[in-house]
Amino acid sequence: MEFIIGHYNYWVVIFLMMVGLYTVISRGNLVKKIIGLNIFQVSVFFLYISMGTVEGGAAPIIAEGVKVYSNPLPHVLILTAIVVGVATTALALALVVRIKETYGTIEEDEIHNLDHSL
Amino acid sequence: MSAETLLLTILLLPLAGAAGIIITRRNPDVREGVTLLCSAMIAVLVVILANRFMDGETFALTLTEPVPGIAIGFKIEALGMLFALIAGILWLVTSIYAIGYMRGHNEQNQTRFFAAFAVSIAATMGIAFSANLFTLFLFYELLTLSTYPLVTHAGTPEAKQGGRVYLGILLGTSIALFLLGILVTWSLTGRVDFEAGGILSGHIDPAWAGLLYALFLFGIGKAAVMPFHRWLPAAMVAPTPVSALLHAVAVVKAGVFTILKVTIYIFGSDFILSNDVTGGLIWMAAATILLASMVAMTKDNLKARLAYSTVSQLSYIVLGAMLASKAGLIGASMHIAMHAFAKITLFFAAGAIFVAWHKKKVSELNGLGRAMPVTFTAFFIGTLSIIGLPPFGGMWSKWYLALGAVETTQLLLLAVLMISSLLNIIYLLPIPIRAFFSKPESGEHYTEIREAPKSILLAMIITSTACIVLFFYPDPFYRLASLAVGGY
Amino acid sequence: MGNHISLLLVIVPLIAAPLVAVLPRGRLPWATSFVVSIVCAVFAGMQLWSVLQGGVISYELGGWAPPWGIEYRIDAVNAFVALIVAVIAALTLPYALLSVEQEIPEEKIPTFYSALLLCLTGLLGITQTGDIFNVFVFLEISSLSSYALISLGRSRQAFTSSYQYLIMGTIGATFYLIGVGLLYSQTGTLNMQDMANILPTVLHLNTVITGFTFIMVGIALKLALFPLHLWLPNAYTYAPTVVTVFLAATATKVAVYVMLRILFTIFPQTFTIATPADELFIVAGMAGVIIASVYAIYQKNIKRLLAYSSVAQIGYMALGIGFASTTGLMAALIHLFNHALMKGALFMAIGAIIYRIDSCRLDQIHGLGRAMPWTFGAIIIGGLSLVGVPGTAGFISKWYLVTAALEQSAWIPVAVILIGSLLAVVYVGKLIEALYFKPVTDNGKVVTEAPLMLLVPTWGLALANLYFGLDTDLTVGVAEQAAAILGGMKP
Repeated sequence: MEFIIGHYNYWVVIFLMMVGLYTVISRGNLVKKIIGLNIFQVSVFFLYISMGTVEGGAAPIIAEGVKVYSNPLPHVLILTAIVVGVATTALALALVVRIKETYGTIEEDEIHNLDHSL
Repeated sequence: MSAETLLLTILLLPLAGAAGIIITRRNPDVREGVTLLCSAMIAVLVVILANRFMDGETFALTLTEPVPGIAIGFKIEALGMLFALIAGILWLVTSIYAIGYMRGHNEQNQTRFFAAFAVSIAATMGIAFSANLFTLFLFYELLTLSTYPLVTHAGTPEAKQGGRVYLGILLGTSIALFLLGILVTWSLTGRVDFEAGGILSGHIDPAWAGLLYALFLFGIGKAAVMPFHRWLPAAMVAPTPVSALLHAVAVVKAGVFTILKVTIYIFGSDFILSNDVTGGLIWMAAATILLASMVAMTKDNLKARLAYSTVSQLSYIVLGAMLASKAGLIGASMHIAMHAFAKITLFFAAGAIFVAWHKKKVSELNGLGRAMPVTFTAFFIGTLSIIGLPPFGGMWSKWYLALGAVETTQLLLLAVLMISSLLNIIYLLPIPIRAFFSKPESGEHYTEIREAPKSILLAMIITSTACIVLFFYPDPFYRLASLAVGGY
Repeated sequence: MGNHISLLLVIVPLIAAPLVAVLPRGRLPWATSFVVSIVCAVFAGMQLWSVLQGGVISYELGGWAPPWGIEYRIDAVNAFVALIVAVIAALTLPYALLSVEQEIPEEKIPTFYSALLLCLTGLLGITQTGDIFNVFVFLEISSLSSYALISLGRSRQAFTSSYQYLIMGTIGATFYLIGVGLLYSQTGTLNMQDMANILPTVLHLNTVITGFTFIMVGIALKLALFPLHLWLPNAYTYAPTVVTVFLAATATKVAVYVMLRILFTIFPQTFTIATPADELFIVAGMAGVIIASVYAIYQKNIKRLLAYSSVAQIGYMALGIGFASTTGLMAALIHLFNHALMKGALFMAIGAIIYRIDSCRLDQIHGLGRAMPWTFGAIIIGGLSLVGVPGTAGFISKWYLVTAALEQSAWIPVAVILIGSLLAVVYVGKLIEALYFKPVTDNGKVVTEAPLMLLVPTWGLALANLYFGLDTDLTVGVAEQAAAILGGMKP
């Protein structure tokens, strides 16, 4: 029981990760896939940030009377990862726009049919 | 000229010739001139090199070493000299023949034909002078690839199908088995050089040596040991000069030559004899001799019959190699020469018949001897030499092969050789007899003589005379053959 | 300049990329990129030379000492890979000029070159850096730019294949990120060397094993290891020719490099061998070689045929990694190099055909070998190298690979490697037969030989295939050093 509650942050991460991956795999709608991908990535952000937390630690800003700080490095790392994630999403959405323009649909199975009915 | 330069010239000249042939493609006369000049020079150079070699001059030359222990290098030794001598001389004869044939027959793409032919000769010379298995393998594959356009020359669906079988079997066996054999040899001994006495002895468990030998035996698909013989009949769709030189001499002899090299210089005859490496495998060769002869009897297409006869004759050489006794090896080496001259004569004749009368089948030849006396006389001489009767060169190699079988007390193999000679008589001799003595089929009248073009006749006369001369004067080949097994 | 070369190798294309994007149309963007690629190739060559002479280069980015700052750490392994990437780039760019002008709309050409340079930055960055998180950043730089590049292909499938690659690539990269996070949580460092020192004390932890697994799966996706290769055939088929040439010769190679680093530098080899990772590589490699080669035989589109062949070739590299011996690693590294040469040459030659007839379907190229003899010659050389005929670079790779297998008496992989070569004979044969032996399809078009600008780089690579098949001082020499650095404990 303590194992479950004590690691609740990891359970959240795992849950989100699975939700994200499942969405990517199961949805045929290209935009929904991107949403799934985002959820998947966000779960990883949580993983890093919760990893960096030190029990009882404050935000890593030097202030009087504070001795324990959280580890700032994962925050910095994940900032980079967020930027990468945003870029990926933007590119993916741009691609979906072009797919919609050329195919007239963003449903995977319909696109598949269009390509193979030629 | 030093021997090194001589050898490099022999290797590079055909390639230069191929380039020259392509450059002069607009003018067929000049182009054929290039072919003739090149082949004549090669023939002369090979003879000079052979003389120097017999005077005791020898050397080794390493060009590059891509992998430690694996070099591209050349060396003159007796067996390779013998092979190069045959291929070099017969290229000249075949060139004379090919020009007549290709023109008499108005073939397409003659430039590609002569260029690929020259490259094939370069590859053959490379095989003959290889100093190690790796170099040999390199040229072996080059030979396969450069003969492919020759096999598919006609461009018909039949030719393409033949080409596929040809490439499939030769590349397939060489990559899957031959290369594996080389790799295993290398991983066991750390090198793949050809050395007198062999390099494997002491590095391999004799129980496994048979398996390794089998990798070589079947991997060298050019030797056409059954069941990997199908490519040879398939290759018969090629124009006759190709069948004559490449599929009676260069390509197939490259195969058996390689087997001899592997036997003598990689395994070593002592090692084979003392450990009975080839005990079981030798029956594959024996079976090929008999089965191929029987198949030959059923073939009505003249070239197909000759092809199966070649399959059978090749296994004589393989058998001699696997006997691994002195006489066996000498017989095998000499048979490379003797069979080459005899078989090329037969193919020349088959081509002549095709050019002059457009006949391909044995059953159509009745009475044709009256119209083509020279051709069928040559054919008759070739036949007798293949059968191994005196006074023809073929007798000597069979003699030594039989001696080898006696030497190793393999009397059953002796019986195989004898039966096979009988089969030779049955499937070859009826052809000239039919031509000379049978009545022409209804509707055909052979009243006047109509032979093939002169250059074809000339080539045939040269090779058939050689069959007789070699009976009285087999000395150069005998000396080279006994030098090759000299370490014994 | 000294050690700054290692940084400049990444910085130069990075700075040039936005610059190229704003240059006026015309040939200026191309010329700039070309100069940049030449500079990179020279730098990479100098870097490799100095590593071979003086040992490991350690460059502290911004003067921050490792393990806090990012360290560029160059030894023979990554100097070698960086050289491959840079040289291929320098050969691709002269080729690009005409091909890009034909395939890419004029207004997009500056951004095209900009993306190409960014991709080069990312790939070079991966090879240079000694920081495991930094690898992720560069991986994403190269991936994002390659998604954009692929989507510029002319058919509409380019969009869908780019999208497909984006989804799978991002999942792979995120898996890698998860793995890095888990390793960081146990070691407290991101510096590869530092992590390698700390890891042995925490190897028993499940977190580390989980992290290892995530990283493996993530990179396997990136390098298109069978059965995670699904994105590759589409991406290679529909991308613009230049992009296909460049990615086929570099992208997967860099992923293989990352794999080698993780398996053999960061994790102790005892660990790698104790896990089923090496066995999995052998199994996946063998399956890839056979299945992808069979797929290749049945393709009707030449680019797709070669793409499947690439998947098979990655299988060979995976086999080399899986043997986990010095010879095996050497084989993987040599094949890394040689495969870049052969696939580069082949895709370039196919590109020349596409340039002339605007199609890469197998039934459209009948008889073209006569009209385009030089292009055809390059295809023959590249094809022979792919098969592994002696005298070509491909033979050297296969030789070492089979030797590595024989060392461990692994007979099944030996058989698979040889069967793979036979299958290669079939699909290369199909290509050559179509080009030379099939009658010309008569559609009124007269096809002439490709322009010199396309032929020269193509033949440069084709001749390199022959050269490195005969003189292996560079490839085998460097691979030997590199394999010694990586180790490879299994005899």
